[in-house]
Amino acid sequence: MSVHLKQDKPDTRNVLDTMAQGVIGADLPRPEGLIKVTGTAIYAAEYRADGMLEGVLVTAPVVRGEIASINEASVLGMPGVRAVISDKRMTGRPAQGTAGEAPFQPAREVCYWGQPVALVVAETFEQARDAAKRLALDWHGTGDAPLDPEAAETEKDESTRKGDLAHAMAEAAHTVDVTITTEGHASAAMEPHAALAQWDGRTLTVHASLQMLKYNRAELADSLKLEEEQVRLVSPYVGGGFGSKLGISQEVVAASLAAMQLGRPVRVVMSRQQVFQTIMRRSETRQRIRLAADAEGRLTGFGHEALVSNLPGEDFAEPVLQSSQFLYGGDNRLLKLDLARIHRMTAGSVRAPGEAVGVQTVEQAMDILAEKLGMDPIALRLRNLPDAHPAKGTPFSSRKLAECLEEGAKAFGWEPRPRAPRHTREGEWWIGTGVASAARVHAVVEAKARVTLRPDRTALVETDMTDIGTGTYTILGQIAGEMLGLMPDDIDVRLGDTDFPPGSGSGGSWGAPSCGSAVFLACEGLRKDIARRLDIGTDDLTLKDGLARWDGGETALADILGGEPLDCIGHFEPGSSIEDATVSSFGAFFAEVAVNRWTGETRVRRMTGAFGIGRVLSARTARSQCLGGMTWCIGNALTESLMFDPVDGHLANCDLAEYHVPVHRDVPALEVLLLEERDAAASPIQAKGVGELGLCGGAGAIANAIYDACGARVFAYPMTPDRVIAAMPDI
Amino acid sequence: MRPFDYQRAERFEHAAQLVGEDGTRLLAGGTNLIDLMKLQVETPQTLVDIGRLSLGTIAEEGDGLRIGALATNTATAVDPRVRRDYPVLARAILAGATQQLRNKATTAGNLCQRTRCYNFTNIDQPCNKREPGSGCGAIKGIARLHAVLGTSDQCIATYPGDMAVALAALDARVEISGERRSRSVRLRDFHRLPGDTPWRDNVLDAGEVITAVTLPAPVGGIQLYRKVRERSSYAFALVSVAAVIGIEENRFTRADLAFGGLAHKPWHDPRLAELLVGSEPSLALFDKAADLLLEDARGYGENDFKIPLARRTLAAVLCEATGVEP
Amino acid sequence: MAISINGQDYPLPADPRTSLLDFLRREAGLTGTKKGCDHGQCGACTVLVGGVRINSCLSLAVTHEGDEVTTIEGLGTLAAPGAMQAAFVAHDGFQCGYCTPGQICSATAMLQEIAAGWPSDATEDLDAAPALTDAEIRERMSGNLCRCGAYPNIVAAIRDVAGAEA
Repeated sequence: MSVHLKQDKPDTRNVLDTMAQGVIGADLPRPEGLIKVTGTAIYAAEYRADGMLEGVLVTAPVVRGEIASINEASVLGMPGVRAVISDKRMTGRPAQGTAGEAPFQPAREVCYWGQPVALVVAETFEQARDAAKRLALDWHGTGDAPLDPEAAETEKDESTRKGDLAHAMAEAAHTVDVTITTEGHASAAMEPHAALAQWDGRTLTVHASLQMLKYNRAELADSLKLEEEQVRLVSPYVGGGFGSKLGISQEVVAASLAAMQLGRPVRVVMSRQQVFQTIMRRSETRQRIRLAADAEGRLTGFGHEALVSNLPGEDFAEPVLQSSQFLYGGDNRLLKLDLARIHRMTAGSVRAPGEAVGVQTVEQAMDILAEKLGMDPIALRLRNLPDAHPAKGTPFSSRKLAECLEEGAKAFGWEPRPRAPRHTREGEWWIGTGVASAARVHAVVEAKARVTLRPDRTALVETDMTDIGTGTYTILGQIAGEMLGLMPDDIDVRLGDTDFPPGSGSGGSWGAPSCGSAVFLACEGLRKDIARRLDIGTDDLTLKDGLARWDGGETALADILGGEPLDCIGHFEPGSSIEDATVSSFGAFFAEVAVNRWTGETRVRRMTGAFGIGRVLSARTARSQCLGGMTWCIGNALTESLMFDPVDGHLANCDLAEYHVPVHRDVPALEVLLLEERDAAASPIQAKGVGELGLCGGAGAIANAIYDACGARVFAYPMTPDRVIAAMPDI
Repeated sequence: MRPFDYQRAERFEHAAQLVGEDGTRLLAGGTNLIDLMKLQVETPQTLVDIGRLSLGTIAEEGDGLRIGALATNTATAVDPRVRRDYPVLARAILAGATQQLRNKATTAGNLCQRTRCYNFTNIDQPCNKREPGSGCGAIKGIARLHAVLGTSDQCIATYPGDMAVALAALDARVEISGERRSRSVRLRDFHRLPGDTPWRDNVLDAGEVITAVTLPAPVGGIQLYRKVRERSSYAFALVSVAAVIGIEENRFTRADLAFGGLAHKPWHDPRLAELLVGSEPSLALFDKAADLLLEDARGYGENDFKIPLARRTLAAVLCEATGVEP
Repeated sequence: MAISINGQDYPLPADPRTSLLDFLRREAGLTGTKKGCDHGQCGACTVLVGGVRINSCLSLAVTHEGDEVTTIEGLGTLAAPGAMQAAFVAHDGFQCGYCTPGQICSATAMLQEIAAGWPSDATEDLDAAPALTDAEIRERMSGNLCRCGAYPNIVAAIRDVAGAEA
């Protein structure tokens, strides 16, 4: 049995609200929690295989060149070394998210410093690691390698023009024209990229750390010139992804090639340095924001222009303007994105591509405008929420932005007043507060899931969807439990195996609305079948605690099943419901910071985030996703920055000591409000995504709080002590 | 990591004998050495594990305190005598690394900790410290962490530790045992400037082993360690200041200052104490002290900010110690 | 010539290059201890040696002959989870779960360190017994990175356990 829905219309039935089990949205623990906290969850590199060899990647110490020769003899005589793999099918870059085809296979052409060019395989990790460092490479440069995005050739990627922004700026009562930069970011998931490949002569099985198995399977098969059916990927636990595991990366293909060539299982785990040097970066950006407003603070013009970068041949351009298209009004609009071609490692999706750096800059500009107007910054934002998409005219399916600003302000204790910095000092520390809006475009993709109702009053959910910490196990259990009248403890959710029906994968915050809808559809199919067996209408059926009830009757589910399992595949496809409306999640951030008057060190003292994400499927994991996003805001605002050498283009800070993700002490108490919302256009479960919204704009709230505290308007992220003191008025 | 011959030293003499040989390294806590061996920055042929020698005692000696070479950073920082009489030392240690690392890291190992220069730790980059004559990748490259005082055209690396900065302020001594003689040097003279021999971090000669650090009699006063870093914990210093300050009748009676993050060694400039002692604390005086400190400072673009940051951090520490309001 | 791990003896590795971390994960088959950076920069590999927390990635297994090592597997099991493990589940003190074993080992040792009166960088008065404040917990847990951002929930889990023990 299967149920298919291509959602062309909003689903206002709110079916989940009419169910009886009472577990949807509830604050329940993760079903896989005990497995994780006892160390018994098995991650990619932790499977055991008899006769397994260890592979270590060798990377090129040149930014652009060609490997003339690989001197295999330099290591083949070393103890335990079994092979040097430099097959033409080796991949030089990771695949972009949803690519579904082989990433760039450059043979011996090197496009960025640290590109993997070979794999050394040995009996033990210690042997392979040593040999990989010692493998002799001959290479020569192959021409210019532009390293500086400001000096490189650019391509126009996207632009929107409406009216005449320049004219609006000239005529406006108040204007803001600022240029703000952000530096490159790394996903820095805690689990390094890893793959264990096994080849039985017909089928390749790879345990890997991946986010989107359906696409990854196609990418790997295409890379190796195998049929998709010959490839099985297994990723039930993934130690964080944040975009870095959307597409297959180099170790997956290298391990597979080695296993196929040597006839033994091969494990390849990237070193942390290799993860930094070869996996996707978030592009640095230079953004110009222009705002024109009348005397009452109504925007008459809105401009957002950005420069981002990527390697030659890569289509991805950090979509900086994504939410700027519709966050605020202004009849005269200019939005423009340019892409510079430079030789740094591939730029791709890092958690919340686009908005993660594109909203905070707009929010800084809004803060400056509020100051010029002498207005409370929240009042300014409320005054400029457009009635519909300013360029396309499509209505908002649901937008809780005003409510988030208002409810968040109340929870935070925001004092509505015009901004005037340096109002509060505690010893050496200036104290200030800031606010910012949050926005993230909504996305859903095709997904399938199979739900099997078993005669023992349990159910099984199967999809190749992953749980990268996001809460998939939890939410799918809660959706199925609600629909089938079972407690989530009785739902066995199995994920991360391409033997299961293909789900959406984890990325773009679409996992929950897409796979959640597939599970929902499967359950609707099961409910219909049960109703049919009882000879009642589906709407007359109530499932609760393992019982089926209807007007005048009640029976155990097990009796209806007659001892046989009953399964249904739910198949969800996005349709025009998300094209006919502007569908996005919204929210608001509030931050209180302390800035040291001497050293410019900034400490976030507390933060509140209020978010509208459609239906909340699991209160606990949704809150945790927001906590994570807000933690990223702190890193984005204060500490995170990829530093590339200006001479040879290598990434200087390629480890966790020098790429500063926030440590525990950087993160204060964080408050999360999830507003009640149903977005009928977003998905048939009325849910939007939550994994990314929490970092879309919050760094701007911190930047605005820095200004409110000490009077420093800093126009470069991260706002490290040196940048803050350079912008700070005298002590 | 290259293969090596692992030997466990059962007696100090055994270790002292082996360390004189080429390609031999002593392994104590290992938190820096093993890190660098994995990167093949260090490639010892023989590793002599001294971790079980009884060189970890912290004991009173004369009026002062003797901290054994293998006392862990944790043992030193939690020692009640250190906390009471040398709080700047406890503070400096606690400001460094993490509890896990401090539980392993030792006194001697910490003094010998190597630079965190990104080029030094990347064997595919030029570095005169790691590979003499290969050039310095930092001078025209990424120099954010790097030195502004006492640099040379060969090397602009910094000494990365915190503990030694406090030891410099306290005027501790390093006890060294060698094949022929034992000697003791002031901590202030233990680390070197890079000059034309940047591969030498300190004055240890081949075959010499640190046996202890000795602290002089307690001097009391106000003791502060101020570390400015990019995140609030688990990061190396951009600038740090260790201060042992005495004030009587609104005049400095003592002003022992040392600085981290600025040079290839914990930076101690005796002229600062000469200027400050006997004078009344004031912002103008602190500014003069900073002028002296930074007289010969030179930035390399990326790290230019350290010059104003050092000035401000020094002022912050002196204001905190003296109660002067900016 | 053995290392005791969770009360069971394991022979020392043949290759002295083997880190304690790799020894645990490979020779002992105890993969609960995680490799996040292999350079002492993330804390995922935190274990207890003689009750003291260290980064097992920066320690050679051969140097631990005769030592008693406790890993996450030694702090509780699926059937009988330890108090800290249960509190991490109750407070959602993790997301992807990869840093979690290190966090829990670290938190377990940290409570003992506070009980022993060890100061931290967040301790106001070096001579007084440190209090179990949020600020203390945050500083003392800063050697364990969590990229998912579960820090606030980790504080809640630790406070829960500390409160129950107090």
